[in-house]
Amino acid sequence: MTADKPLISLQNVNKHYGDYHALRSINLDIKQGEFFSLLGPSGCGKTTLLRTIAGFEDYDTGAVMISDRDMRGVPANKRPTNMVFQSYAIFPHLSVIENVAFGLRKSKMSKTDKMLAAEAALEMVGLKGYGHRAAHALSGGQRQRVALARALVLKPKVLLLDEPLSALDRKMREQMQVELIKLQREVGITFILVTHDQEEALVMSDRIAVMFEGEIAQCDDPEILYRKPNSKRVADFIGVMNFLPATVRKEGETYLATIAGLGETEITEAQCPGGVPLQNDNGGEATVGFRPETLTLLYEGQTATHREAPAVVDEVVYYGDMTYYDVRFEGVEKPVRISMRNIFGRDVLGVGTQVRVSWSPGALVVFDQSA
Amino acid sequence: MKSLKTYAVLYLIFLYAPIFLLPLFAFNSSTIIAFPLESFTTEWFTQLLTLSEMHGALLNSLKIAVTSAVLATTLGIFAAMAVSRYSFPGQKGIMGFIMLPLVLPEIIVAVSLLIVILRMGFDTGAWSVIAGHTLICTPFAIAILQSAFAALDPSLEEAAYDLGETPASTFRLVTLPLVMPGIISALLISFTISMDEFIIAFFLTGAEPTLPVYLFSMLRFPKLLPAVMALGTILVVLSILLITIAEFFRRRGAKRTGNDTGGFL
Amino acid sequence: MAASDRIRRFFRTEQGIGMLLVSPTALYALLLLAVPLIAIFVISFWTQTGVRDFDTAFTLANYKEALTDPLYRQLMLRSLMVSGLVTLITVVLAFPIAYFVSFGVKPEHKSLWIFLITIPFWTSYLIRVFLWKVILGYNGVLNSGLKLVGLIDEPLSFILYNVNAVIITLAHAYAPFAILPIFVALEKIDRSLLEASRDLGESRTMTFLRVTLPLAAPGVVAAVLIVFIPTIGDYVTPRLVGGPGGLMIANMIQTQFLRLNNAPLGATLAVLAMLIVAVIAVAFLLLGNRAAGGKKGARK
Ligand SMILES: Nc1ncnc2c1ncn2[C@@H]1O[C@H](COP(=O)(O)OP(=O)(O)OP(=O)(O)O)[C@@H](O)[C@H]1O
Ligand SMILES: [Mg+2]
Repeated sequence: MTADKPLISLQNVNKHYGDYHALRSINLDIKQGEFFSLLGPSGCGKTTLLRTIAGFEDYDTGAVMISDRDMRGVPANKRPTNMVFQSYAIFPHLSVIENVAFGLRKSKMSKTDKMLAAEAALEMVGLKGYGHRAAHALSGGQRQRVALARALVLKPKVLLLDEPLSALDRKMREQMQVELIKLQREVGITFILVTHDQEEALVMSDRIAVMFEGEIAQCDDPEILYRKPNSKRVADFIGVMNFLPATVRKEGETYLATIAGLGETEITEAQCPGGVPLQNDNGGEATVGFRPETLTLLYEGQTATHREAPAVVDEVVYYGDMTYYDVRFEGVEKPVRISMRNIFGRDVLGVGTQVRVSWSPGALVVFDQSA
Repeated sequence: MKSLKTYAVLYLIFLYAPIFLLPLFAFNSSTIIAFPLESFTTEWFTQLLTLSEMHGALLNSLKIAVTSAVLATTLGIFAAMAVSRYSFPGQKGIMGFIMLPLVLPEIIVAVSLLIVILRMGFDTGAWSVIAGHTLICTPFAIAILQSAFAALDPSLEEAAYDLGETPASTFRLVTLPLVMPGIISALLISFTISMDEFIIAFFLTGAEPTLPVYLFSMLRFPKLLPAVMALGTILVVLSILLITIAEFFRRRGAKRTGNDTGGFL
Repeated sequence: MAASDRIRRFFRTEQGIGMLLVSPTALYALLLLAVPLIAIFVISFWTQTGVRDFDTAFTLANYKEALTDPLYRQLMLRSLMVSGLVTLITVVLAFPIAYFVSFGVKPEHKSLWIFLITIPFWTSYLIRVFLWKVILGYNGVLNSGLKLVGLIDEPLSFILYNVNAVIITLAHAYAPFAILPIFVALEKIDRSLLEASRDLGESRTMTFLRVTLPLAAPGVVAAVLIVFIPTIGDYVTPRLVGGPGGLMIANMIQTQFLRLNNAPLGATLAVLAMLIVAVIAVAFLLLGNRAAGGKKGARK
């Protein structure tokens, strides 16, 4: 395990802007070669955290270590990190190649070697032959590639990217997501990506830290984050999750949950990533969550693989390949969303239809009611 | 809008009318400045070549204007960088005070400087005019440079720093080239203001007059008025030329950094 | 050591760097503006005894003289009246221009218009004023031109060497100062507000009165101050086109300093002029603020 030492390690980092507590006891280990994302809503402190690693922001307490070296007092221009700025920060008075070679000015390479390195970096990001263009005559996607090449040509230990794709249109964004992943595998450099787009984070990252209000709420790989979120707000931020009120109690060595509209079922400790919500031995108030795709509407003649519950269709949203049904279980006010793949020959149900819903106790996640 | 446009055009004519008269009389052979015009002549311009006192004044003015422009722009760069990048305690008050000469009547600046200079036992001269002109040009330089600095995306400087440059080399390689149009514009504007300024020079110039001070003394001699018209024409044409170049640079800077915030003030 | 350390650390913070950067300029203004202004205030309480010598004993005699001598009072009142009228004329004439450039000109032509309007401002003030003397003179361009086309037989004499000439010339000189702030204020108005007003059933005129004008008010206030304050201290215009009946306070300040060699009295006049301007400006600002605030409150 000691061989697997983290490349970057943040230990109990705190930062204030005046009275505002912008980073709260951040603890984070990022390994060499990881594609790591910082995900969270606007204003939660992602940029602040990234700039703290880059050396643009001071912090009050704690330590930022890169390759086991404490970075306190090391200015941004001396850190083994490079940044791709949200605005790309392409120098408008320089050509593309001059932009890419900017950071090589002080290196001991010969002039031709520098140019070759810059050309190679341009080729790597798919801009071969663009070197002599004026920087202000580039499209958004091209500027982004120049910014990438400019940082990568210095072979940093860590590349920091602050919402690099948010200025691009949807199609371009999806294309760049794939290219970034490929590029990262190719160069093997640790990437830390800031994004507020959960889909982007899920697609691209090896691991994701979800942040709220200056705190890291959960740090895991995408699948665990999606399937086992440790709190309601993480669950809510990543994908769609239905919530129903429930009570939990312990009988012998087993835990039993009584869920509004669905009835009683046994749950395991693994289904409670935030801990089993037992306020005392007699039981406790809880919330259960389940993803829309873990529920199925049963058509005539179909039977449930696990459990089933009656419901009424409240709302139908048709998406072409999918249909979203909002259904109401008996005795529950709040509708629950179910996503169904549209299979040829199967009718889309109308509002008001009485249906049977199949659900599986193993797909539930149980949260503390307040978390 | 149509009648407004007519009004606007008439207004522009009113604004420019006096200036348009200048060349009319500068090239008119009559020694009396009145209609009807007589015949075309360049005599008054050649007469300017013989006024050796004027040449001294011109040289003096040029010296003062160049020095004041450089000083005012340098001071302007410091202040503009401070306000567009950093917030500091008392910012509003300090900046308000620095910009005060924009509205303060020039005669107040002139007499108060004069008093201090005499009181401290110094003699007035070109240096004291420079001191006064630097004071009144600085706010204009700040106004121009501030928008130049504000238009500069701060992440450009951070990017240079991130790529390994020091603060000093970042300034030289990124900041300076990008605000250079603003600097040139500020230099030209300050130069123009100093070249044209009369009152401060009148009070503080000592034995060697500046061009406007000399011109003022010419006004007392009706015989010299056509030459005044010729000199005025040259000065106005030069001013307009310099201002146009300044505006060109200011706009080029704005275009480069991607936002045009409009006029000088 | 701890103290110097703290100081060193302060100059690495955002605020410290800002202070450090602004200090050369601030120091310059302090030495060449604040110190002289204080000096002029101090000297106004002294008495001149020789060419460069003063009796530095505190006295209010200068103020007494400045406030009681009818000549000074008349000059002060005339200066106030002239700059008041000039301000009124320039601002009233400037508003339609600013409105036209902001609302009636294509966006790509706006900066050209503003540029054209400001150019005359950058040409020699002295020459422009002198040209008005040429235009308005007894044998001047206006009179000779009118005589030439047969509109008048005798030259008009009421247009030069009096207060009228001063007002015309100053109004011309300060025109761009009035246009720019109003233009800036008009440019800031969100155009959809005007559409909203029309959409809610107001006519063009009422939209102008209820939306455009109140929102342009800060620009008008700025224009008023930016014209009023410097004109009161104008020296060249009254000197060249005002004649004896058109002289203003700045001419008297100059006379006291350079001719009569009575710097303390000149300083007193300068201090009084600045004081009066400051009081009027502050009163006007407060009034303007209250008017704007009151309107906002009433409309919500
Ligand atoms: N220089 C500053 N001074 C004061 N407060 C700041 C400063 N920079 C950021 N903040 C505050 O710190 C919090 C975190 O800001 P940060 O820029 O890190 O958010 P973010 O997660 O990157 O948001 P976004 O997705 O909108 O970019 C915000 O509430 C912001 O208002
Ligand atoms: Mg951010």
